[in-house]
Amino acid sequence: MNAIIISALCGVVMMFSSILLSSKLAIKNVAIMALVALIIANLAQIYGWYSVQVDTKNMLAFSSYGLFFNNIIFICTIFYFLLSGREIVNVGSDAAEYFALIFFVLCGVSILTCFNNLLMFFIGIEILSIPLYILTGSDKKNLKSNEAALKYFLMGSFSTGILLMGIALIYGSTGSFGLSASGIKSSVTGVYNVGILAPVGLVFLFISMAFKISAAPFHFWAPDVYDGAPSVFTSFMATIVKAAGLFAFIKLFSEKFEDLGPSFQLLLVVLIVCTLLVGNLTAVFQQSVKRMLAYSSIAQAGFMLFSLYSKNELAKEGVLLYTAAYSLATIGIFSILAKMKDYSFDGYNGLAKSNPILALTNTIFLLSLSGIPLTAGFFAKYFMLLSAIKAGCSLALVLFAVAFAAVSVYYYFRVIQAMYFKEGDANTVEPVPFSYNLGLLFLAGLIIVLGIFPTSLLNWYYF
Amino acid sequence: MTPLFLILIPLLSAFISFLLKENYSKIWSIFSSTATLGVVIMIIASQQVSAFDAAWMPSLGSRFTLKMDGMSKMLCLLTAISFPVVFTAIYKNNYKNSHLFFGLMLLTQAGLMGVFLAADCLLFYIFWELALIPVYFLCSIWGGEKRIAVTFKFFIYTFFGSLLMLIGILYLYKLSPDSSFSIESFYAIKLTRTQQIIGFWLFFIAFAIKMPIFPLHTWQPDAYEQAPTGVTMILSGVMVKMGVFAVVRWLIPIFPIAVKANSLFIVWISIVGMLYASIIAIKQDDAKRLIAYSSIGHIGLMCAAIFAGNSLGLNGVMIQMFNHGINVIGLWIVADAIEQQFGTRKLSELGGIAKVAPELTILFVVLAFANIALPLTNAFVGEFLMFNGLFQYNYGIAGIAGLSIILAAVYTLNMVQKVFYGDVVAKTVNGVETALNVRFILVVLVVMVIGFGVFPQPFIDLTSKLGF
Repeated sequence: MNAIIISALCGVVMMFSSILLSSKLAIKNVAIMALVALIIANLAQIYGWYSVQVDTKNMLAFSSYGLFFNNIIFICTIFYFLLSGREIVNVGSDAAEYFALIFFVLCGVSILTCFNNLLMFFIGIEILSIPLYILTGSDKKNLKSNEAALKYFLMGSFSTGILLMGIALIYGSTGSFGLSASGIKSSVTGVYNVGILAPVGLVFLFISMAFKISAAPFHFWAPDVYDGAPSVFTSFMATIVKAAGLFAFIKLFSEKFEDLGPSFQLLLVVLIVCTLLVGNLTAVFQQSVKRMLAYSSIAQAGFMLFSLYSKNELAKEGVLLYTAAYSLATIGIFSILAKMKDYSFDGYNGLAKSNPILALTNTIFLLSLSGIPLTAGFFAKYFMLLSAIKAGCSLALVLFAVAFAAVSVYYYFRVIQAMYFKEGDANTVEPVPFSYNLGLLFLAGLIIVLGIFPTSLLNWYYF
Repeated sequence: MTPLFLILIPLLSAFISFLLKENYSKIWSIFSSTATLGVVIMIIASQQVSAFDAAWMPSLGSRFTLKMDGMSKMLCLLTAISFPVVFTAIYKNNYKNSHLFFGLMLLTQAGLMGVFLAADCLLFYIFWELALIPVYFLCSIWGGEKRIAVTFKFFIYTFFGSLLMLIGILYLYKLSPDSSFSIESFYAIKLTRTQQIIGFWLFFIAFAIKMPIFPLHTWQPDAYEQAPTGVTMILSGVMVKMGVFAVVRWLIPIFPIAVKANSLFIVWISIVGMLYASIIAIKQDDAKRLIAYSSIGHIGLMCAAIFAGNSLGLNGVMIQMFNHGINVIGLWIVADAIEQQFGTRKLSELGGIAKVAPELTILFVVLAFANIALPLTNAFVGEFLMFNGLFQYNYGIAGIAGLSIILAAVYTLNMVQKVFYGDVVAKTVNGVETALNVRFILVVLVVMVIGFGVFPQPFIDLTSKLGF
């Protein structure tokens, strides 16, 4: 409960800070301090020091797993603020409001990690989504940004409609918004025949969540939106928001509707296969690094969906590790991208010569995304594959995923090739302050530490 | 002395090399690799089973375990010898940012040592990948004209293979009785026939790409040609042995039934690949490509001898792994010396070097004889045992494989004749004897070639006690 309340309060504080503070830098610093307070509040609940008690009539249920996930998200956000704060305040004239909106998104994330009721789930999804529509269009004078925002809003509200329809159907068939209503279980597993409403409702939920995490074939909005939105907010959407969406998806279907039958597994396999196929193959053909990252984030979601397939303890741990590995690396890559003057692959030519630290850290982030050992990304993939194999997943599906992991190397390494092996213009990158380099090196170091001792993260969770 | 030093010394000195000035890094890397060689010799001389074990990821069932049996001792020795030899041979070559070049070379050495020492399957996989990453950068930055595309093909090929192996490892891990990645528990897994076949292919494709075995060899000639010669020496001298080593260490003991079931097929493709590569080698005009194809031929024979499944052949492979490494590095050094001096490696543009550089010629001819496996050279012992093993397996196959000896003689002697003998041509007329450091290192190699050819017993003893 702490995180939900504090994050909402932080949002309000940020809104007022624009009246009280005139300097953009001060606003950024207030936001960082607010986020630290949020982390402390969340830790306080995890360790039982203090937590706000509100009787939610069992609509919210806090578990250490969900709270720990909050933690990972907040820590990723801290890195995001530190590395990209300067870009956030420079997107437009309303610096404080961007931070306020980001805190509202975090409030949505905190609800999504602890919902115990379809209504709370819906509220969480909406609190998460609406600020994003605004952030996408925050570069007001840019036509592409406006187009992206409109597209995102229209498509997003359509999928929200489907979500609501699904919830309504489930309510109609079971008479409750609770998640563990026996009516759902039995209707899908076919033990009791309670009608067609609940299964159809579930499929609607499934589709709208697939839309939210941009899993193929519901991904068409993602590349345009990611491309059109200001790069800093693309970074936020592609990492933190996406991971939270996936978490909610997995929580909804693995913890709550746990006994879904084989037909649901089939649906999921189709989703995974499509997502891996579309995400990876289209990423190969991109000419802009930003668009490539958009498609690669689709592909990475495909890998994360394996945890929904296997639903075992390993999968739970894997989600934590995957979120951390994927978000940290992508935040780093995007923050470097935001410094580039040219977003195409050629824009990276010769970066190793003009700015070796940027090139080195970017390489480590890319290696992590492609799953090379000794980076966090390797163990993230390792956990996903192992959990799937342990859950009795067919070897063919795993091999398919692995084949596309090899394909992903192709497009990630194109950036490395451009940076190190091609001669280029030395003036492609904006000058960066020393502290920024330090932040990047720290982030890269963290990814390597997680790659050598992946259990350290899990030990923290179990502690 | 623990085997941990074999990984730590190159690893740490690699990072030191990154910080050094360009010229110091050359001396530093020779110094560091000699120190590694010293440690290996001390471990071998102490004649004990040397091991290192530390907790790493207890909840995943993986430990940081290194062990040294006869085979790892020999391959560590090969790795430890190769690097100072290569560093000395390329001492006078100019590399841009040479501190990075030598640092990455040392990182490669750390990865290779890890592969040969790991006694935990997950650790083995991690080192297997780690050995590849520095090589990718080495070839892509300092390689020839088409380096980027060629190296990328090489990388994707091997990376795909490794991922298949990863699935294989996870598949075995799921079936292992005590949820552990240690080599003992992998050896102890009871697998049904179908499970063995599945696991076998997942592992074998990874190893076959690395070796490489026909028809998965297509990355190799291009990669060898485009890589900077110093890296090519390591690639063909040591790195391909990773594949052969892995088959003996992991594949044969874990999947005995599947190995037996597939042996005929694999022996056949190895033999076909060997002959195919030898015939192509005859047609090559580029010295580097010629040596590359000749290397495919030799590896094909090793693979066939392993799958023949008798101890004679296996002993031959053990010895040949070491000797082939020494010989092929010698050949590359000569090829590099020629290219550095005359600016070409086309056989048709060279000739008569014997008149201008007699010492180089003599040294090369000995190495060429070793490449054909003439008696009294080191390669003879290994090839003799391997053919003997194949002969026991199947007369017909051994007979066909024997053709490769003739083909090897044809292409090797052809190269000797075209490059070193005949009349002096325009490009070689102003040639001089090659640099002292190159000659020195070639003498060292030739002494080893003849020494181990006349007196091979220590190697046979070293590797006869297989397994942990």
